[in-house]
Amino acid sequence: MIKSGFFERNLKYLFPLPALLFVLLLMVFPVLYTLFVSFTDWTLTSGRPMKFAGLGSYLKIMGEPRFLDAVGRTFYFTIGAVLAEAVLGTTIALVLNREFRGKNTLKFILLLPLVATPVAVGIVFNLFYDPTIGFLNYILSVLGLPQSGWVTASSTVLPSLMLVDIWQWTPMISLIVLAGLAGLSNEPYESAKVDGATSVQTFVHITLPMVMPTILTAIILRAVDALKTYDIIYAMTGGGPGYSSETLNILAYKFSFEYFNMGQASSILVFLFFIVLLFSIGVTKIRKLFEL
Amino acid sequence: MKRILAVLLIVSLSFVVFAQGASEAPAKQQEIRVLLANHPYGELLKPLIPEFEAQSGIKVNYESLQESQLTQKLTTEFATGSSTVDVFMTRPLQEGLLFIKNGWYGSLAKYDFGDYPAASVDLGRKDGVPYIVPLVIEWQVMYYRKDLFKKAGVKVPTNFVELEAAAKALTKDGVAGFGSRGKGAAAVTQISSFIYNFGGNYLENNVAVFDSPEALEGFRYYGRLLGNYGPQGIASMSWENLMPVFQAGKLAMWTDASVFLGQVVDPTKTNIPAEDIGVAQLPAGPNGDSPFIVTSWGMAMSSKSKNPDAALQFLNWATSKELAVKGMLANIPMSRDSAWANDTVRKNMNAELIATQAHAAKNGYPLDRPFMSAVGQARDLIGEVIVEAIDTKGTSTRLPALATEKAKAVNELLKADGEYGGK
Repeated sequence: MIKSGFFERNLKYLFPLPALLFVLLLMVFPVLYTLFVSFTDWTLTSGRPMKFAGLGSYLKIMGEPRFLDAVGRTFYFTIGAVLAEAVLGTTIALVLNREFRGKNTLKFILLLPLVATPVAVGIVFNLFYDPTIGFLNYILSVLGLPQSGWVTASSTVLPSLMLVDIWQWTPMISLIVLAGLAGLSNEPYESAKVDGATSVQTFVHITLPMVMPTILTAIILRAVDALKTYDIIYAMTGGGPGYSSETLNILAYKFSFEYFNMGQASSILVFLFFIVLLFSIGVTKIRKLFEL
Repeated sequence: MKRILAVLLIVSLSFVVFAQGASEAPAKQQEIRVLLANHPYGELLKPLIPEFEAQSGIKVNYESLQESQLTQKLTTEFATGSSTVDVFMTRPLQEGLLFIKNGWYGSLAKYDFGDYPAASVDLGRKDGVPYIVPLVIEWQVMYYRKDLFKKAGVKVPTNFVELEAAAKALTKDGVAGFGSRGKGAAAVTQISSFIYNFGGNYLENNVAVFDSPEALEGFRYYGRLLGNYGPQGIASMSWENLMPVFQAGKLAMWTDASVFLGQVVDPTKTNIPAEDIGVAQLPAGPNGDSPFIVTSWGMAMSSKSKNPDAALQFLNWATSKELAVKGMLANIPMSRDSAWANDTVRKNMNAELIATQAHAAKNGYPLDRPFMSAVGQARDLIGEVIVEAIDTKGTSTRLPALATEKAKAVNELLKADGEYGGK
């Protein structure tokens, strides 16, 4: 029974082993490999084997005007979309936190955008946005308003894409905040009532501070996702017109799968990785302030 | 008992993780893996594959992918050395050089190329070894609305001056006079004929020359046409955006590849009766009359194939004379010479389309993009010049400087890949 004794003693290591292997193979390895490739000059178009290039890929990328533009756009998109989602999502959650008829139906309808496939959403919105045969410009013309180029004009493409992101992801923030609201204790509200606080005062001084950690959690989750947004942008504009909706993820995709410049593509991704990491650490710190 | 269960659980869970990598049971039957494109020819092949399987006893596992995803999948599999592909559809002008350079194509020295135009085979040849079987050809045509032309009293344009006048006359009542791809990189292939007809080119002896005065005229003319008479948002439109506009009756003329005729006249997709849709050759320019005519798709074998004999057998079948005729009858212009000589084909194909093909075959130019390994990045660079030309309706004062800057960047790419100035 020596053999089974070994299993008995090491069960605590053996049970998590499959999960651990899964994480190592499918999560840790790709990140490390990307990091490794980012220090090489690997391109497929040259037909040469990869060679260590130190920070060469990083320097080349830093000197590429499209990279700096993409960094700016990534932040613009994320901040714009997530702020709007946070405000709208919290408002909707506050409304849904009350009792009224048809509340469950409304909740159900709000859930629908969340379960839609982003690429399909992108295609449908492209039909809405089409400047010639699309629905939105038709509405504008019926109302006598000037028509917009939507995703086909470089000045409106990012706001148009943000609108899609807001449409799809506001419900997620609502759901998280709603769960937070449901968990609040009643006592502070009762004392506030006794002290004669108005509803605005109750909201600003009690509800908001108490639910803030939840809102921030929702913002972190959303922002990390928004920084990495790829599907709707790729499906709707592919980074265009020109490069005007090219975010870091789209740029990395182009460098890897259209230009086959793996070294530079990896350095873009490593950069994005650190942005997401720093951002998460930052917001987690802010969140701690509210928990005290 | 508990221990045994625990061990079993661990083993079975580990199997789930490693199942993908586990070796399969020894095959009694030969099997090959084929990657097809979402292209009319791929669609034609799919239902016929069981016939091949019955005849040859070879099992064919096929997958069908959109063209850019196909390139991506092939590249990823080959570059990581994990490929199990045996036969695949390939775009000679887009990925041919890249794949040849990396040694991903298998040699087709055993294939009979007698029935193909020599120039189309040579594009996929290196050091005397052929690597790509030309499959489908594509040339530039102009789809137009016969009814709108008649109503406006305009004749089908035969040169660029008439084309511009016609575009102007036909732009009214919510209809755009002229459309062609405006989305940067995608437009590179469609503007190519315009640049050739002004006497310009993308590369000459593997040096970028699209900043020459002739080429610049081409950019300006294209920008002027699309900026003034194109549908709204043209600078971000590719064929998939232009086709529905044409089908909805909002576009009078549309220049694009010949391959779309079938879809343009498909009564389930368009509001316009087929007799109102005409196909004409691209009008001639001041310095040329050379629409592109290219091998848009080919078929190739993987150099890593573990079943080269079965793969070659499939390739021979999939590119056979009989299937080429079937393709032609389904409105797919095939590379094989014999398919064009076939009587049934000549009787059944659109006569206007045959006429444009004859013109392009005689006068056309066999490239529609810069022929280089880094073609993807080069197309984006040239696309910037196109978008600038369209946005300014061809009047941009910084166009020459921009074109020179981008030509320099394309030359850098050529140099980095060891292709600059070579033959």
